[in-house]
Amino acid sequence: MLKSNVFSKKTRNNKIKKEVREVYLRDDICCGVSSCTTCDSAAASSTAGLTASTILVVDTNVVLHQIDLLENPAIDDVVVLSVVLDEVKNKNLSVYNRIRALCSNSLRKFYVFANKFHKDTHVEKMEKESPNDLNDRAIRVATQWYQKHLGGATRVLLVTNDRENKRKATEEGILAETIESYVKSLEQPDLLDLVVQPSSVDVNMEDIEDSRPSKRKIIYAEHKPMSEITSGLRHGIYHQGKLRVNRYNPFEAYVGSESIGDEIIIYGRTNMNRAFDGDIVAVELLPQEQWHEEKSLSIADEEEEEEVVQLAPSSADDAPRSTTPVNAADQIPVPSRPSGRVVGIIKRNWHSYCGSLEPMPMPAGSGSIAYALFVSKDRRIPKIRIQTRQLGNLLNKRIVVTVDSWDRQSRYPFGHYVRVIGDIGDRDTESEMVLIENDIDARPFTAQVLACLPPLPWSVSTEDLANPIRLDLRKIRVFSVDPPGCKDIDDALHCTALPNGNYEVGVHIADVTNFVHPGSPLDDEASKRGTSVYLVERRIDMLPKPLTEDICSLRADVERLAFSVIWEMTPEAEIISTRFSKSVIKSCAALSYVEAQARMDDRYFLLVIATLCVFSLIIAVIYLHLYNKSNSLWSVSLFSSCSLHFYYVALLFFLAIYIENCMSISYKIKTGSFQLCGCFCSRLMDPLTTDLRNMNSLAKVMRQRRIERGALTLASAEVKFQIDTETHDPLDIGMYQIREANQMVEEFMLAANVSVAAQILKKFPVCSLLRRHPSPTREMLEPLLLTAAAVGINLDVSSSKALADSLDRAVGDDPYFNKLIRILATRCMTQAVYFCSGDLSPPEFHHYGLAAPLYTHFTSPIRRYADVFVHRLLAASLGIFQLPTIFQDRPQLTSVADNLNYRHRNAQMASRASVELHTLIYFRKRPTDTEARIVKIRSNGFIVFVPKFGIEGPVYLTSKGQKGGGEWYVDEQQQKIIKMDSSLSYSVLQTLRIHMEVVEPQPNRPKLQLTLI
Amino acid sequence: MEFVSPEGLRLDGRRPTEMRQLRAEIGVVSKADGSAMFEMGNTKVIAAVYGPREVQNKGQQINNDRALVRCEYSMANFSTGDRVRKPKGDRRSIEISLVIRQTMEACIMTHLMPRSQIDIFVQVLQADGGTRSACINAATLAVADAGIPMCDLVTSCSAGYLNSTPLLDLNYIEDSAGGADVTVGILPTLDKVTLLQMDAKLPTNIFEDVMQLATEGCKAIANYIREVNPVILIAVYIWPSLKIF
Repeated sequence: MLKSNVFSKKTRNNKIKKEVREVYLRDDICCGVSSCTTCDSAAASSTAGLTASTILVVDTNVVLHQIDLLENPAIDDVVVLSVVLDEVKNKNLSVYNRIRALCSNSLRKFYVFANKFHKDTHVEKMEKESPNDLNDRAIRVATQWYQKHLGGATRVLLVTNDRENKRKATEEGILAETIESYVKSLEQPDLLDLVVQPSSVDVNMEDIEDSRPSKRKIIYAEHKPMSEITSGLRHGIYHQGKLRVNRYNPFEAYVGSESIGDEIIIYGRTNMNRAFDGDIVAVELLPQEQWHEEKSLSIADEEEEEEVVQLAPSSADDAPRSTTPVNAADQIPVPSRPSGRVVGIIKRNWHSYCGSLEPMPMPAGSGSIAYALFVSKDRRIPKIRIQTRQLGNLLNKRIVVTVDSWDRQSRYPFGHYVRVIGDIGDRDTESEMVLIENDIDARPFTAQVLACLPPLPWSVSTEDLANPIRLDLRKIRVFSVDPPGCKDIDDALHCTALPNGNYEVGVHIADVTNFVHPGSPLDDEASKRGTSVYLVERRIDMLPKPLTEDICSLRADVERLAFSVIWEMTPEAEIISTRFSKSVIKSCAALSYVEAQARMDDRYFLLVIATLCVFSLIIAVIYLHLYNKSNSLWSVSLFSSCSLHFYYVALLFFLAIYIENCMSISYKIKTGSFQLCGCFCSRLMDPLTTDLRNMNSLAKVMRQRRIERGALTLASAEVKFQIDTETHDPLDIGMYQIREANQMVEEFMLAANVSVAAQILKKFPVCSLLRRHPSPTREMLEPLLLTAAAVGINLDVSSSKALADSLDRAVGDDPYFNKLIRILATRCMTQAVYFCSGDLSPPEFHHYGLAAPLYTHFTSPIRRYADVFVHRLLAASLGIFQLPTIFQDRPQLTSVADNLNYRHRNAQMASRASVELHTLIYFRKRPTDTEARIVKIRSNGFIVFVPKFGIEGPVYLTSKGQKGGGEWYVDEQQQKIIKMDSSLSYSVLQTLRIHMEVVEPQPNRPKLQLTLI
Repeated sequence: MEFVSPEGLRLDGRRPTEMRQLRAEIGVVSKADGSAMFEMGNTKVIAAVYGPREVQNKGQQINNDRALVRCEYSMANFSTGDRVRKPKGDRRSIEISLVIRQTMEACIMTHLMPRSQIDIFVQVLQADGGTRSACINAATLAVADAGIPMCDLVTSCSAGYLNSTPLLDLNYIEDSAGGADVTVGILPTLDKVTLLQMDAKLPTNIFEDVMQLATEGCKAIANYIREVNPVILIAVYIWPSLKIF
């Protein structure tokens, strides 16, 4: 083991500082080639040994630009040098993560060679050598070492696109090739599409574009150099922030700037100046007099863009942004937000996008290079120009494309094709798209993850029962209430009356952390996935299926491990004491909401009556028959032959009631002591039903109290599909019905979450994972207030309590009115988020929607990773288990919380997109007329909400050609759109009938169209 | 930040359980009764010992039948890159002085030298993490060089926990990463711990691993000291035998 020191100079806040770092050079770093005899074979076998006769050494730029190619399985046996990795890490972290993933993938032969620390490949900086040259030299030295080390049997090829580097390599006797020539030598034409064209080819590109002279001119302003941007930022001329493009209008973007304390609006692609959504940009404010007129420009500018029909948004995060009213320019000037233009991009947020190619005629010779425009599914992304040799293949496919560059002369950015997802319009392809777009990993679990599962069939072991930390609750009557068909049951309840008149209420949550150990591959995978994703036709689990559906699921009649929260409550639902404990339970019934509801209601009474009637009628009928036959005298006077028919009808009627009740309720009951003989009392009195009734009355009190505290009863338009089991096509679509039983379960889950939040925060004030819901600002509620004012309702938004009360008062003439107002209110709120308690101050922990000072997620560990985290915190707070080390690392904890929020949001977006997709499939065959409500007024029409199907979309009053023809004008105050001759007007929240139909304006691109009847 | 690469190498090319290069020299300050210089990688420390001599300030003498050990720790102004003037007697120096004094008191046979005083001066010439350990090692060597009886050598080494890996002998970059830093001082032949310090928190099972690693490091340092400076062997092995007589 040798040692040498390197000296490097480093600048830190504009000071030159000399840094001395040691470097220990080693002789025990192996080359990673399995045929190599000199290196330690034990070390080599642990990694993926390189086997092929040709070994590639890639340089930094190849990794940075051709990562998509490297990810293709056709490329293998690659040596990645540590200098290359370091440089990639400094330049682009996401590429670094991808190359790291490749290196750690046991199926791919990528080997990291730590050339920096190898005694033969370490290079010292020479006089007047730039860092780039130093790295290039290091790469060459390492390549040369490899060739010498492996001898003639293996060919070592340096892949570099740097001309100078290649020339020097050849001089030094190293085999070197550019990436294109290497890929060509592989003779796989489809790989060539993955190769990012170097800038020299771009010249060639321009020639092709020359045929359209208009494109030659410079379209975008130059980006300012970095030095100018930094000085501009310091002097307050420019403002830095993340660019967010309006989801509903890609020509409008916002930059949240801290220096100005407000959002800067950017209108039009010219002002956006090649910035993508998510880029960190530097913005210059436009002079104030241009703040409005930019608006009209944006509509006239560029292509036609229109609203699309989509699912009604559920919160402010996915709702269209409230901007200045549509035609603010010719109204009284409304105080507007500042607008600006992008002068430079500080950090790019380019990644891959999915979508399809814009339809275009096939070029003459097939197989030649063609240029095509790619249209992303995400409307915020501009079209991307790509180069392909397989245009015919790609035209009707959904594909993934990555952006490479965007120069000033071209209207669209350049990119390259990555891979095909499938045919357009195919349901599986479109579902896959939904997953890719939302960055959801739907791949099956890896072998390492599955190895962490306990052996099946699993059952509670005697050790578990003997464990003193586990409370044995198997004797207690525990049951679960879930949606019908639910397989991942993660919560169960019990409620027993205590001798002193109080109730013992328990919430039992599946003990997932007993199986998912911190730091295991299973845990890592779950934390990466963050949440299960529910699509219409499938579910993407966070944990592998055996855990989700069997080992953790609190199914009926089996012993399961649980984490329990047990309260003692007075009949007024005051919590006297709270206990937390791990436990073993045996659920006695897995009820569905319908069953539980039926038990709580007195439908059994009906059943009993029906039974009695059936019996008495049967007797009567038999009696009649007997007497009719014997021609008894008084049979004529009492029961005429005509009334016999009546008896038959009555018998059938009651029989129907009886059967219906039996079918829906009783045949599933296994544990209840329900028997016909016990039914002669008026109410069903079996213990389970009593428990349910007790719980329900407690829940009602708790709910009332929560509402008094100011919790908002919000509403969303959730829809439910009935899916054909074979074709997976949607058969029916309808609103999701919420029953009292749902609310009861929800109430206890809320209470459990609140109790747990208090407990973990008490023990771990700085490292608890909590959930907060920020109060909406007045601006966010502005559209709601405007709408409400237009229909003559005054909402008080000063506090959540005031808002809740005024929402309660907002009743219109029809029953759906109140719900509609609530849906609109929900839409104005942001979503609740996870956070680490050390990052914020206690007043900020508040959960606005629930009006709770503390809240967390504890009750669904099977499908949410946050709950797993909270389970660990709670176990540690009870001293049962040790707190995993991650909790000591606040930045890491924050990043976990951020990831959870990101995953959570993506999962919701994916569910919505999936519902949208299925709505489209549903209406493709069924044009429908239905009732809709106007929710927003636009200059050329209005946006309607269809309550029955939970969708929202535009209805145009003027056809697209004569847009803004002046036939209609908008009354901003009244939220009305009125025809010029005042013959017709539509106002907000008005009910009207519309026709829904799927049309295909372009082939393979169906969309839902709403028209007024 | 990545302190241990997936290949298992640290930022400076060491593996997690490897120490930096050690170097020691005794008799570097000829005027002092005993002196030593100790290097761990780029950390360089000099120690000088005066005594046993008559107690200069009688007021400081608490125990009449034991020698008084005094220690002064300082950092040279040039020890870190940016030349900031280090005020003497800041909290950190006082704390480290105290730590060194207590550690040395534990191994010097003070009962053999009643009514006398031993002064240990330690100065950091170049700091690159692990100065505390280096100071103790240098002080041990200097005390031994002065021929002061000790029951054993004291050696010290630090270990930390970063990227879920226990790391031996942290350098400055690793030290300032904010992870736990465990400094252990042991009497290697007696196998006793005389110093144990940790900043930040660690779960107990991990702490045990980290401490074990640091202890191994201490033993390695003791071996090195014995190997390189046979003079020390006399100091360490003769005096304990005197105690028996």
